This record gives sequence, C-alpha cells and structure tokens, in this order.
Amino acid sequence: MAAVKFTLNGKSQTVDVPPQMPLLWALRDTLGMTGTKFGCGMALCGACTVHINGQPTRSCTTQVSTVAGKSVTTIEGLSSDNSHPVQKAWIEADVPQCGYCQSGQIMTAAALVAKTTNPSDSDIDEAMRGNLCRCGTYQAIRQAVHLAARYQAQAKGGAR
Amino acid sequence: MNPVNRRSFLKTGAAVGGGLLVGFELPVKGQAQTPASSNGAPLKLNAFVKVGTDDTVTLEIHKSEMGQGTVTSLSQLLAEELECDWKKIRTEFPGVEPVYGAPMMGAYGSLSIRTSWQPLRQAGAAAREMLVQAAAQQWKVDKSQCRAENNTVVNTATGAKLTYGSLAEAAAKLPAPTGLTLKTAAQYKVIGTSPKRLDTPAKVNGSIGFGLDVKRPGMLYASLERCPVFEGKVASFDGSKAMAVPGVKKVVQISNGVAVIADNTWSAMEGRKALVIKWDEGKWANVSTPGLRQEWAGLAAKPGMSMRKAGDAAAAFAGAAKKVEAVYEAPYLSHAPMEPLNATVQVRPDGCDIWVASQIQSLAQQTAAMVTGLPANKCLVHTQYLGGGFGRRGGADYVTEAVEIAKAMSPTPVKLTWSREDDLQHDTYRPASYVKFSGGLDAQGSPVSFSARVVCPPFGGNGTAVEGIQDMKYAIPNVAVEFTAPDTGTPVSYWRSVGYSQNTYFMEAFLDEMAAAAGADPVEFRRKLLAGTPRLLNVLNIAAEKSDWGKPLPAGRFRGVGVVNNIGSFNAQVAEVSVTQGKVKVHRVVCAVDCGQVINPAIIEAQIQSGIVYGMSTVTKLGITLDKGRVVQKNFNNYDPIRIDEMPVVEVYIVPSRENPGGIGEASTPSIVPAVVNAVYAATKKRVRMLPIKAADLV
Repeated sequence: MAAVKFTLNGKSQTVDVPPQMPLLWALRDTLGMTGTKFGCGMALCGACTVHINGQPTRSCTTQVSTVAGKSVTTIEGLSSDNSHPVQKAWIEADVPQCGYCQSGQIMTAAALVAKTTNPSDSDIDEAMRGNLCRCGTYQAIRQAVHLAARYQAQAKGGAR
Repeated sequence: MNPVNRRSFLKTGAAVGGGLLVGFELPVKGQAQTPASSNGAPLKLNAFVKVGTDDTVTLEIHKSEMGQGTVTSLSQLLAEELECDWKKIRTEFPGVEPVYGAPMMGAYGSLSIRTSWQPLRQAGAAAREMLVQAAAQQWKVDKSQCRAENNTVVNTATGAKLTYGSLAEAAAKLPAPTGLTLKTAAQYKVIGTSPKRLDTPAKVNGSIGFGLDVKRPGMLYASLERCPVFEGKVASFDGSKAMAVPGVKKVVQISNGVAVIADNTWSAMEGRKALVIKWDEGKWANVSTPGLRQEWAGLAAKPGMSMRKAGDAAAAFAGAAKKVEAVYEAPYLSHAPMEPLNATVQVRPDGCDIWVASQIQSLAQQTAAMVTGLPANKCLVHTQYLGGGFGRRGGADYVTEAVEIAKAMSPTPVKLTWSREDDLQHDTYRPASYVKFSGGLDAQGSPVSFSARVVCPPFGGNGTAVEGIQDMKYAIPNVAVEFTAPDTGTPVSYWRSVGYSQNTYFMEAFLDEMAAAAGADPVEFRRKLLAGTPRLLNVLNIAAEKSDWGKPLPAGRFRGVGVVNNIGSFNAQVAEVSVTQGKVKVHRVVCAVDCGQVINPAIIEAQIQSGIVYGMSTVTKLGITLDKGRVVQKNFNNYDPIRIDEMPVVEVYIVPSRENPGGIGEASTPSIVPAVVNAVYAATKKRVRMLPIKAADLV
C-alpha cells in the first residue's frame, strides 16, 4: 500500500493504510483523531462531516486515497480554543445534548456561514438537513447558526 | 429549614487512608484510598465531593450523561448546598459502588433527578459543613461564626476568608457532620436556574470522549456478524477468506455469531463481509409483519387478562346511546441513538476492564462477571459519555458480545463496534402493539364506558404493555382493560417513555373519537373528565390557552391535542399542522409541563424539544417491519428520523411548582403523537389508526 499525503488541520500528514479505507477510519483509528464520528457509513447522517478543500464532505464514504494532496479540516482543526464563530455560538446557545452528532453539525454550519453572510431559516434547513440529530437539537441549531453568522461577520469586520 | 432524617441518609464509614467516606446506605468496601494531598490529587470529602488543594471541586456524576443533562443538573444539586464556585467544578463518572445505586446503578426511567434530589443536596451540605468546621478549627472560633460562600469560608466576625482548597486536607480528616439542615426553596441560588451546561465546551471541539472514542494501548477492533433471524445460531462457518483481508488478525465464534478482529475498524468490517456462515435460523424464520398483525387481530378478538376493571363496561356499552369502536396499531421501533453501540473490553486472568457508554453500569459489570467468571468487584466499568441512549443502552447484549470477544483475545483489549445496520436489525425494539377499543356515550354525550383489549409483547412485567391505557386518568364510570401477550421472537425492551410511547397515542386518539361522537370540543371533552387530576387539567388548560385553542388559524392549519401523566410529571401538547396531498407538516407545538420543582429550566426545555422530535419521528416516518424473520429497515435511508427542515417551532411552558421533582427525559415523547394525529383528523376528517402515517391514506 502506498502512503497517502495530505494536509490535515493545516499540517502535512502522511497515512499508510489501504487506499480504499474511508477517510473516517483513517482519521479515527490510525491517526487518533476521534472528534469525527461514525454514524451510518453511508453518507446518510452527517456525523462524519469534515471539510475537504473547504467543502463539507462525508468522510465515511470518502476513500482516503482521494484526499491525496488536498486539505482536510476536522472538528479538532476548527480552532484550538473553541474560538471559531460556530463553536462560540454553539456554546452560547448550549446546543449539544448527547453531543455525538455535533462535530458534524458544526462542520456543516461552519461551511454555511463561511459562504452565506446572513442565512435565513430556510438556508439553514437546506444546508443542515443532511445532519441527523436524534436528541432533536434542531431548534437550538437554527438559533446558533444565526448567532454564528453574526459572530463570523463581526470577526471579518474586526480583521479589516 | 427542612430537618434531615440522618438515619435515612448519612452513614459514616471508617476513614480510609486518612480520608473520609460518606455513604447513604452502608460503608463501602473496596473504595479507592483517598489520595494523599502531596500528589496534588483532589481530597475526598464524601462519595460525591472531592476538593483539590488547587481549589477545584470535583463532583462524582453517578448517573450516565446521554444528553439529558445529568452532568449539569446533578452538579446543581450538589453545588446548591456546597456553596462552591460553579467555574471551579470538574466532574467525573465513578465506578460501580453500592453508594451510587449498585446493583442498579444507572440512568433509566427518567429517575436521575428524582432519586438524587435528596441525597445529593445532603452530600453537598455534608461536605460544606466539613469545610466550615475545618475553618472554624483553624481560626479557633465556633463554627456558627463561619459561613460558606463561593468556594470560601468567611469568618463573619473578622471578614477573613479561607479557600476551600486550603481547607481540603483538614476537612477530609473530619467526621461526617450530624444535624444537617437543607435550604428551603426560597433560599435556592443554583436550583431553578440555567447555568451553561458543563459538558458543552468539550462537545463542540470533539474532545468529550464517547464510548466509541476509547483507545487502549495495543487495542484491536472487532465487527460481529449475527444471524439475521432472532435467536438463530451459527451452524458452521469458514473464516479463511476473512483472514485474507488486510489488517484482519483473527476470526472467533462467540455465542451470538462470528467476530472478525483486526487492527482497525474498517478492516474488521471488510473481513466480516468475507465470512461464509451457515446459519441455523431457528423457529422465527417465517415471521412477517402482515402475519403478526393477522395473528394479533385474532388474539384481540378473545378476552385477555384483566388489568383494570371498574363497574360493568360491557353492559354500559350495550346500553349506550352512542357507540365508538376502533382498532389502533403501532409498529416495532428501533432506538437508533447516533452513536452506534460499542464496548471496549480487556480481560486478564485477574480482572476485566470495560470502557462503555452504558445506561446501567451495574448490568455491564454483572455481565462481565458472568462471562469471565471473575468476581464482580474485579470487573471495573469505566463510564464514557453516551452518544444517545433512549433506553437502548440500558441493555447489555453488546457488552456480553464485547466481553466474549475480549475473553477469546485475552489479554489484548478489543473494541467491538456495531454498524448502523447492526443497530437497526439487532435492536431490542419498542414492541409493536394492537389494541381494540370500545367506548359508550350517554344521550348527553358523557362517556359511560371505556374498554381496551391490548395485544402487545411485554417485558419487565405486563405493565409495560398497558401503561398509558390502564392508568388513564379520565373519569369514566365503567372501565375494562384487558391484555394478551403474543408469542414472538422479536426482542423488545425499554424505548423512551416505554408503554406510554404507543399507548398515549392510542388512548388520546381514541378519546378524540369519543369527543367527536359526543359532538364535543376535544379540549372541553377532556376538561370535564380530568377534574380529579388537577395537575393534568392545569397543563391542559395552559397548553390550550397558549396555543389559542378555539381561535381561528391561518387557512389550511389545524390543531390537535394530547395529554399524558407519566414519570411523575404532567404534559399537555397542542400541535398545529397542515396536510398537503397527504403530506403532514407540523408547524408549531405548544407544550405545557408540570414536572414539580424545576432544577434547570433550560435543560427542561431542551428535553421537551428532544422528546417531541423523538416522538414526532414515529408519526410520519419510522417503523420497523419484519419479512421472513428479518428486519427490513437497514440504515437511515429507510429508517429516517425527523430532520431539521421538518422541525416545528416548539414553545415550552413550565409550571412553577414546589412539589418534589418529577422526571423529564421521557415526558414529552408520548403526547406529541396524538397531538399530531388528532390535528390530522381536524385537517382531513381521517382517523390515523396505524403508524407511521402513509400519505396515500390521507388523500
């Protein structure tokens, strides 16, 4: 098997596993990055969502060989101190219950607020409907995504 | 102040290793030694409270955290009396001990707050008094001159302060105090408020640590192939092709199937696909859902075991001016927590460690002891955060499997991971149910009789099959509730709100049919019959008022109502729906809840929303069906719960109360179902007598 080289959370990473292994399991079992979750294995629930070159992607159906040369961001790479606008909003709205789906929810939301300045409820529903939550935190998620969009705008404003 | 009955609560154990042990039943054997302060570890003041010399306060959370908020709400109970600084709280999950509720230590039945309400406040008060006493001794003053506040003890005469951290060592050497008094409700500072959840920060960066995230040195990963038919067994198998899959280390047969063990989860799953197994499918290989319905209809035609009888329901029905009869059905349901089941186990000759997200840690321990033959106290359960429970993790089938595999691989630690397909096809399901109702009304439209014949596989006693009907609160003079247990191989168990999950739907939907036959408004009809249950009547009235019941709605919107009294709480909901070409959309839900004394209103609101989503998924979407003994549903494509675009606006109204706390985790799941189906009737004039709703039936 040939080692796959990619960028993981901003750092160069090499992983030596069978090329067909889903990125999810390479992250979790081989690299010890367990923040990304296994939920269904069929891209149906969104728990395993990571960003590949900025795009929210289901890592459970992404073969590790396909990320060669690409940039992968996981929940661990969003910030080192819960300072990402989406994490701040999630804390402010106290979104998680069991919390298992929240890595995926947060990664999907982070991609949404990065490209949509002021998302409507229907923008949020459209972007987030691929992420299941059995605890039913959806109302809090809607509220937190609105909040995250505001934090994101403030962060951009501050940077200017 | 409420005097504490000390006999019912505090028993002081002998000091162990210079520390102090406070138990609520018996002194605990085999407790870990209180750490010496020199190594910086926190000092144990009692079974629930440790104080570090760095001024941190570590609280032992003896009930699993599966999203219902125990880490935060139990901390509130302790902190209220402990007078600690909320920011200095750390929490941990202790091992299985009698003081924590063994041999039934765990979180189930929406009991965590109810069973912790007194003992945790007492434990907090006991620890506080020891810290106060230690300060008094240091100052050489009477302790009446000392007051605890915000992680310090204050000398009220001098204004001097000592931190809890500086008092920890001295306090840990003191005997448990006597004559404790607890605060009155008017004195609460923490109870009844909504501090931020303690577990949120670690749940937004992936670091919290669920069962599936456990990693042990040298650990291997397992995937288990089970017989697709319940109770089926391995007749023979060939693991040679599986062994050829890269990463696969071993193939072992256990009581429940054939396990493939590999150096990563994916290889184990790939190896499993290469197994060749011949099954002895056993006696349930011909079971199918249509066959079961037919069989249960036959059982419902005959009298069952009497579960409740008042007056003569048959005679009253015979003489009734108006008669209503209906059959209601509900399917098997899977729990489908987001975290697939898993357990990591290491078996050694002298002991066993189980890292597991379990709702009943005691059961995990007993299971490990049984499988390994080791004494229970050598089987250590390390509780992890649960990625959802809903009753599923109250079982230990997955622990049995993991311990059997780890025993075969001893002393290598092994993590068994279920796939989603395993989860849906090998659950212990919410039972299906078939109920035949009849109700009689007099000429004025008042109910004179109510009869129900329930056919439902029971578990843990027959009550689980009939609760929600047997204990219905409506004042009807002649009542007969009968029950028949069908023979079925499908494993069944506790599913969020248990029997109420189906029976509240049946009961409240049938009552709506009686109201319609009486020509009465559904809320008004219930009000008249609930005078004897004022707390239930009160939440009904609040839900009706807040939802503007009886007032006009926008075109195409309709309301329905449902109520339930379960887990020591009272819940009423009004759902607002529209139905377009048979498709049901729930726009708004108004929920009034009376769960006694409120500990954390934000968690209550979150749990109400949660229970509503969990119940709503069963109305239009979820159902487990059987074909040739096999579960038809395989993954979230055909067992697809409510998603965010189907989420209604939920409004929660909590009744202020000083009654003892009721449960909350299972409070709102039952009543959303009839609230929605009764609204569907208002919209379509079609009764929903079987779930999940099929759009074609409403067109």
